[in-house]
Amino acid sequence: MFSRHSDLPLEKDATSRFLPWLVAPMVFLCAVALAGVFILSGLIGRWDRDVSGTLTVEIAAASGDARESAERTRERVDQAVALLNGFPGVANARALTQDQLVALLAPWLGNSELLRELPLPALIDVTTRAESPPDLIALTAKLAQTVEGASLDDHRVWLSRLIRLSRSIEWLAIAIVMLIGGVTSATVFYATRTGMAIHQEVIEVLHLIGAPDDYIARQFADRAFVLALKGGVVGLALTVPVLMLIGMTARRLEGGFLAELSLPILGWLSVLVLPAVAALLAMLTARMAVHRTLARLL
Amino acid sequence: MVQFDNVAVRYGYGPEILQDVSFSLPAGSFHFLTGSSGAGKSSLLRLMYLAQRQSRGRIVLFGRDIATSRRYELPALRRRVGVVFQDFRLLDHLSAMDNVALPLRVAGASENDIRKFVPDLLTWVGLADHLHAKPPTLSGGQKQRVAIARAVIGRPDLLLADEPTGNVDDHIAMRLMYLFEELNKLGTTVMVATHNENLVSRLPYPQLHLENGQMRRG
Repeated sequence: MFSRHSDLPLEKDATSRFLPWLVAPMVFLCAVALAGVFILSGLIGRWDRDVSGTLTVEIAAASGDARESAERTRERVDQAVALLNGFPGVANARALTQDQLVALLAPWLGNSELLRELPLPALIDVTTRAESPPDLIALTAKLAQTVEGASLDDHRVWLSRLIRLSRSIEWLAIAIVMLIGGVTSATVFYATRTGMAIHQEVIEVLHLIGAPDDYIARQFADRAFVLALKGGVVGLALTVPVLMLIGMTARRLEGGFLAELSLPILGWLSVLVLPAVAALLAMLTARMAVHRTLARLL
Repeated sequence: MVQFDNVAVRYGYGPEILQDVSFSLPAGSFHFLTGSSGAGKSSLLRLMYLAQRQSRGRIVLFGRDIATSRRYELPALRRRVGVVFQDFRLLDHLSAMDNVALPLRVAGASENDIRKFVPDLLTWVGLADHLHAKPPTLSGGQKQRVAIARAVIGRPDLLLADEPTGNVDDHIAMRLMYLFEELNKLGTTVMVATHNENLVSRLPYPQLHLENGQMRRG
């Protein structure tokens, strides 16, 4: 493809020289957007995995003085745990201890002794069977009938909002990738048209001695391919260290969800093929531009 | 080979440059196209090498009606026509050899064939020492010979030459005409547009004469 003979002096064109310097930042931006898509997709997947298969049952603290309330609440918890463990689709139900509850609230209310004296609701952590999950509507009804003050939270409400937001960002990133592709394509189109205007006389001679349109189009397309590939490789060379740096920084941070900020293998592959994709896009666009322009000749 | 019936050419709303031109060139014939400057010789040749369409009338080339031919069919017809342009139209960035090789490359000939045939032909037209010279470094006569070599290298079925001897002396002019005659003997139909009455009188071929856009046979 690269060594094919060219009758057009395209290598001396000033207009085509800027093409690699246009494609390089385009590939860089595209790679960053694409990496964003993969990272977000990974995060969503992880959140989904973490919360699916689990439920939380909350038992409101019973009324009465502190000792009486604690005792009645414990009874309700035991009742709920027994019900849950006997319910089809539930693998395990386990009440959180007082210490675990205090630890959960500590980031907001502090680790005060006073916290232990408050009438805190009890929480039951429920693990469901992945292959045959419980009927949540039936379970909610049964709990409400049997255990006073019990409510079921399957985490879906907040998670679905989070996922919706992440999906929107994901689509935005995909739209950015497509926009970058469109802008690159349009630039190659007009650069090719300019190149054709510069070499109008040569093109006319080739046309008159019987060159099919594709013979001429191929020469512009080959040139666009090589230039875009060069630009794409430069863009990739800029992208790889940036993505590696983001991955390394994320790994150094503490906190569960940031550990997912590194790019999966498929993401790396997608980023690595971007120069070739940019080159193919430039080649096809140049070919189309030449065909459309030549179609006006006899 | 070539058939024109009542063909006219008009540019925009201007007068007709060619009016009701009718003639036919049988396969293997040799004709001169004569006429004063502005008589319409170049317009007629442009129609024949498919650089433009007629305003009216019918043109049949190699048995194909040009008006009803599809655009993608025209390059194959053009490859059967060799053209010596009046202004040569050589590509300045290519060597003489690459200029002459163009029709072969367009037709998909191998580089081996190109290396075999092109230097031979350039030697024949007296440019053996200028194979790698680029057109800007050649004289008018040398450029003309390169242009002629490019027109004949593909052994076209129809050869059209627009003032092919305008920039060469009589000796070279006759030598080039002999080349056209050789091609004609091999079956190529030849039409030479020229002002050179001396040339026309020395060769025994019929004339098509254009005057004010109208044709008469000489």
